[in-house]
Amino acid sequence: MLRASLLLLVLLVLTGCSGDWGWYVVDPTTKKGMTNLRFLISGLYYTVLLSVTAIVISIVLGLLVALPGLSKNRFLRGFNRVYVELVRAVPILVMILWVYYGMPQLLNITITVFWAGVIALALSDSAFEAEIFRAGIQSIDKGQYEASHTVALNYVDTMRFIILPQAIRRILPALGNQLVYMLKMSSLVSVIGMQELTRKANELVVTEYRPLEIYTVLLLEYLVLILIVSAGVRWLERRLQTTDRST
Amino acid sequence: MQQQAQQIIQMREVSKFFGSFQALNSVSIDVQLGERVVVCGPSGSGKSTLIRCINQLEIHDSGSIVIDGTTLDGSKQSLRAIHANVGMVFQQFNLFPHLTVLENLTLGPVRSGQQSKSQAQELAMNYLERVRIPEQANKYPAQLSGGQQQRVAIARSLCMEPKIMLFDEPTSALDPEMINEVLDVMVELAESGMTMVCVTHEMGFARRVADKMVFMDFGAIVEMSDTAKFFEAPESERCQEFLQQILPH
Ligand SMILES: Nc1ncnc2c1ncn2[C@@H]1O[C@H](COP(=O)(O)OP(=O)(O)OP(=O)(O)O)[C@@H](O)[C@H]1O
Ligand SMILES: [Mg+2]
Repeated sequence: MLRASLLLLVLLVLTGCSGDWGWYVVDPTTKKGMTNLRFLISGLYYTVLLSVTAIVISIVLGLLVALPGLSKNRFLRGFNRVYVELVRAVPILVMILWVYYGMPQLLNITITVFWAGVIALALSDSAFEAEIFRAGIQSIDKGQYEASHTVALNYVDTMRFIILPQAIRRILPALGNQLVYMLKMSSLVSVIGMQELTRKANELVVTEYRPLEIYTVLLLEYLVLILIVSAGVRWLERRLQTTDRST
Repeated sequence: MQQQAQQIIQMREVSKFFGSFQALNSVSIDVQLGERVVVCGPSGSGKSTLIRCINQLEIHDSGSIVIDGTTLDGSKQSLRAIHANVGMVFQQFNLFPHLTVLENLTLGPVRSGQQSKSQAQELAMNYLERVRIPEQANKYPAQLSGGQQQRVAIARSLCMEPKIMLFDEPTSALDPEMINEVLDVMVELAESGMTMVCVTHEMGFARRVADKMVFMDFGAIVEMSDTAKFFEAPESERCQEFLQQILPH
C-alpha cells in the first residue's frame, strides 16, 4: 500500500514533466524544485508534533471525562453528558478560532499558535475519546470488577491493572482512527498561521502559482503519513493480541 | 459468649431487595471458624445473593452481618475486614484474561501491600502446586481448560490468605469430566481446616465435607441442619422434594 503510493508519486512526477502539468516546481532534479519540495515537507514536523501532542492530551482528557460518566452518581454522569454534548457541538474550525482569538482575551493571557492549535484539537477530540473510553470500559464483564474486589484491589488499581488494559485493547482500532482524524484536522490550524503541511503548501502556491502540482504533493504527503500511521496501529494491535488471549 | 468468639460469620435477619423483589428474606446464619457449610436450593432461591452479601458484592438492606467481629456497614474498616478474611470463587472463574496465571495470583497480594513481589510469587507457586498446576504458571487463562482455570481461581483466592472461602457453584460451568479435579481440590481445602460456605448441587461432595447443610427457597432458609440429618431426615416437604429431584435414586 505504502509502496504503491510512493510509486504513484514517482509516476505523477515523471508523466507530469511531459504534459501540461508544471512539475518543474517540485522537480527534485533541479535546484529550485528541490528547494520547493524541502519547503513543503518541512511542514511535516509541526503537523506530526501538533497531532501527536493533541492526541495524547485528548486521550487523557477523554479518559478523565469518561470515568465520571460510568459513576453511579447522577451529578458526575451529568457532568459527562454536558461536556460531551457541548464540546461535540463545536465545529473544529470554530474551536480553533475561538481558542486563538477569543480565549486569550477572556483569560487575559497570550497563547502561541502551536498551543492554541493543540488545545483546540485536543478539546474537540476529547469528547469523542470520552465516548470511546466509556463504551470500551462498559464492554468489560462485571465479573472482572467482582474478582478485583475479592483480591482487595481498590478502585484506582482495578481500573489501572484490570479494566483499562482490557478496554484499551478493545478500543485500539477506534483510537487509531482518532489519530488519523487528528492528523487530517491539524490542517485546519493553518488558518491561524501554524507552519504545518497545509500552510506551507498555501504559501508556496502564492509565490509559484502552481496549485495543481503543489496541492497534489500536499495530498500525497497526507496520504503517505496516514498510511504509515495506519500500518503502525495495525502492528500494535497484532502485538497486543498475542498477549491477550481472552475470547 | 465463648462460642461467639469463634463465630467468624454471623448473619442476623438479613434482607435484600432488588427493586421491589425480595431476594433474601430475613436470613440468619452462623458459621464457626473451620466449619463447612453447603447451601442448596432451586434456581432463583437467593443462594448467590446470600453469599455475595457476605463479601458485600451485594449490599444488604436490613439485618446485620458480622465478619470476624466487624460489622459490615460500608465503612473502610468493614471493607478491610472483608479483604482480610473473605475469598471467593465464581461460577464463571472471572480470571483476568490479559494476565498470566502467575500474575493473576500475585496482583492482589502485591497491590494490597501484604507481600513483596518475590514473596507473592513464591506463595503463588506453592498454591499452584496445591491445586496441581504449577507448570501452567506462565500461561494465559484462555490457554487452560475450564477445570484448570477454576483451580487457578481457587489458588488466586487462597493467595490472599483468607479465613473464609466462598464458592458460588464452582463446578456448574464445567464439563463433567473436569468437575472432579475441582472438587478434589475443594475437599483437600476442607480437610486443611478452611472455613467454607459453598453453593453447590454436588451432593456427593456435600455429604463428604459439609458440617452443616442449608436449603433455601424464595429467599429464605427453609432448612438448616447437620449434614447427616439433612440427608436422612429432612423436615420440610420442599426440601424432601428438592433432594429427591437432584439425588440419584
Ligand atoms: N442484580 C440483580 N437485579 C435484580 N434481580 C436480581 C439481581 N440478582 C439476583 N436477582 C434476583 O434475585 C433472585 C435470587 O437470585 P440469586 O442469584 O441469589 O439466586 P440463586 O439461588 O443463586 O439462583 P441460581 O441457582 O440460578 O444461581 C432471582 O430471582 C434473581 O432474578
Ligand atoms: Mg446463583
